[in-house]
Amino acid sequence: MKYAFETIAVGIGAFLALLGVAFAKDDQFQAHMWVLFIVLLAGTVLLLRRLNFSPVTAQTADDKSGYFDEVVRYGIIATTIWGIVGFLVGVIVAFQLAYPDLNIEPWFNFGRTRPLHTSAVVFAFGGNALIATSLYVVQRTSRARLFGGDLAWFVFWGYQLFIVMAATGYLLGITQSREYAEPEWYVDIWLTLVWVAYLVVFMGTIVRRKEPHIYVANWFYLAFIITIAMLHIVNNLAVPVSFLGSKSYSLFSGVQDALTQWWYGHNAVGFFLTAGFLGMMYYFIPKQANRPVYSYRLSIIHFWSLIFLYIWAGPHHLHYTALPDWAQTLGMVFSIMLWMPSWGGMINGLMTLSGAWDKIRTDPIIRMMVIAVAFYGMSTFEGPMMSIKAVNSLSHYTDWTIGHVHSGALGWVGMITFGAVYYLVPKLWNRPRLYSMRLVNWHFWLATLGIVVYAAVLWVAGIQQGLMWREYDDQGFLVFSFAESVAAMFPYYLLRAIGGLMYLAGGIIMGWNVLMTILGHERDEVPIPGSEPVLQPAE
Amino acid sequence: MELYTAMRQFADSWGLVYLVVVFVGMVLFLLRPGAKKAADDAAQIPLKED
Amino acid sequence: MSLLNKHGIIERNATLLFVGSLVVVSIGGIVEITPLFYLENTIEKVEGMRPYSPLELAGRDIYIREGCYTCHSQMIRPFRDEVERYGHYSLAAESMYDHPFQWGSKRTGPDLARVGNRYSNEWHVDHLIEPRSVVPESIMPSYAFLATTPLKVANVTAHLQANRAVGVPYTDDMIANAQADLLAQADPEADTSGLEERYPKVRIGDFDGDPAVVTEMDALVSYLQMLGTLVDFSTYDEASGYR
Repeated sequence: MKYAFETIAVGIGAFLALLGVAFAKDDQFQAHMWVLFIVLLAGTVLLLRRLNFSPVTAQTADDKSGYFDEVVRYGIIATTIWGIVGFLVGVIVAFQLAYPDLNIEPWFNFGRTRPLHTSAVVFAFGGNALIATSLYVVQRTSRARLFGGDLAWFVFWGYQLFIVMAATGYLLGITQSREYAEPEWYVDIWLTLVWVAYLVVFMGTIVRRKEPHIYVANWFYLAFIITIAMLHIVNNLAVPVSFLGSKSYSLFSGVQDALTQWWYGHNAVGFFLTAGFLGMMYYFIPKQANRPVYSYRLSIIHFWSLIFLYIWAGPHHLHYTALPDWAQTLGMVFSIMLWMPSWGGMINGLMTLSGAWDKIRTDPIIRMMVIAVAFYGMSTFEGPMMSIKAVNSLSHYTDWTIGHVHSGALGWVGMITFGAVYYLVPKLWNRPRLYSMRLVNWHFWLATLGIVVYAAVLWVAGIQQGLMWREYDDQGFLVFSFAESVAAMFPYYLLRAIGGLMYLAGGIIMGWNVLMTILGHERDEVPIPGSEPVLQPAE
Repeated sequence: MELYTAMRQFADSWGLVYLVVVFVGMVLFLLRPGAKKAADDAAQIPLKED
Repeated sequence: MSLLNKHGIIERNATLLFVGSLVVVSIGGIVEITPLFYLENTIEKVEGMRPYSPLELAGRDIYIREGCYTCHSQMIRPFRDEVERYGHYSLAAESMYDHPFQWGSKRTGPDLARVGNRYSNEWHVDHLIEPRSVVPESIMPSYAFLATTPLKVANVTAHLQANRAVGVPYTDDMIANAQADLLAQADPEADTSGLEERYPKVRIGDFDGDPAVVTEMDALVSYLQMLGTLVDFSTYDEASGYR
């Protein structure tokens, strides 16, 4: 009997959600439980239609390779769709800042759509990319099938449920106000369960590997999974007002709460958006370039220094606040030291291409991966610089920070993911090639130009903001009111939205390319010059 | 407070030395001649098969 | 086993890799965060701090719900321009009862750490209903629905109890009177002697201009009007507060 247990479990879940609706202590919780009920009910119906009463077979026909790839396929599709959704919400919030009339109260006001954007790109797009690629890479580099059988399906669907609950919660006004950890206590508990299952699948696959050595990409993925588990649990410690209500109060207060949150917040960047994607870099760049990583030993030094140093850097988000000075100094020192392993990793990624530099010209996928690593290098230089207290006194609270985040997020995280998706789609669906390499090229240029516009504009905007706030006249009075600094931002906010729009356009092109490849089409087009081997005339 | 001062002094001196030694030791260990082949083998893992 | 082979142990043993990574990533957090909890000078000695009144707490929850922290900080840094623009730099003590903290990370709008008592109630209500009617340059969204949404007060006692569970010193007296205090603060006609005794400096009145019903607007404005007003800086010793 296939899916019998799953069907019953989801059905019971739907019933419990309905009970949550009936006994909810507050309106938001009630609305949220309606959402959960509808989602789980739809899940039950879908599962019932797939319910199969024939005896269980050991393996499905799909798995001739011996690897469990169906969940990876779903993950790549989810990555593509959530990516487009996340970029779209980003463009919308960007336009809301330029034209405040675009706010639709109460559900689509900036205060609710901004967490929707950050969570959609970080957790829905980035998270799905990490889960899908890690499950692909760990099987290939361990030469073993995924551990735990259908547990991987629980990880995938459980994670999508987390995303849907988080996103609908924000729009309903359910939030802990902890940046990048906004979901309330019950959604957090669910994510913890899913994450533990993910760890079991990943570790179990490593343990049953046939390859004696654990490849370095898996080290990065494993550090990402473990650290996110630790950060998630500690940062979300809270006491709910009621077990049938959405509101909770965090266990810590004031200074302690602030440091805990930014210890989490910075390492969400360090381990979710950096270590995990470095795992991607260490597998997909060697694969696409068809040559081993430049220095394997450097990658090991990269690993231990990076995970050791990153975890200290959080206090640089709290410079000159009421956080004790010694903690601020510690955060600054470690942030500056972090520059070195980051650039070690960048050099390692780039030099993997040494001897094959022509591929940057002829292979748009390699070009995407290389620009990702270049943006990684740029933002890991800018970051330590901004963590210096003197620089931070100007840059903090301004749009410079937003520009910095996006050069890392759009440039590094986005581009390396696009590269991995383009590599994986033909492989996973057994297609000879992508639908169109020319479209990859378009995506590359739209995304790159979009990032350059976005980051440059907000860099200028942030510095102008910071200087306007501290501008004094001859008599020693402040020159600008705060409102004047807001008005001065309009052209920058507009340009930034246009940069984002270009990036979104690239994402939509990728969606089309992926869809057509999956459907089995190949676009009839002139190959990129140099990408085909030149035929030599016979001697 | 006493405990904190003592721990702070320890961290500034022996703790620092310890971490530096561990780091240098790790790097030397990786760069010793015998590790070259193991590293080169490991680097080939992704290229072996699909 | 010879020394040369030990290199491979970590690389080949998944459990060792797991434990090693966990130890390494734990060190930084433990060293930075734990001292904050027992160091005596993390939080300054000040006079005037008290828990939020029930109406202020409800307003604070609305502030959080609407994501105000995405654009407004509540943390004034010790720079000349910030102190002149916003007031005395923020002390750690001023957020000691904040679960969670609301320091923020971005100033798309101005800092709000000391916005209390700076503007009239009417200004706040006008500003929240239509921000550009009072600040033409503003890009803040409109929050007109707050003025028409009655404040749900069903379980205010449970909110105070949850805060007490995480360390806010709400007394039995405060918890017993939570519901009455919430209504009294927004009602100029009510007997508020008990409320004022329990919550010194509490601002009382009909905040939203509609005495018939306690709305979410009443709660949010009562919270905004108390921000940064509690600590008595005439008794604060700068030198002792140095961290």
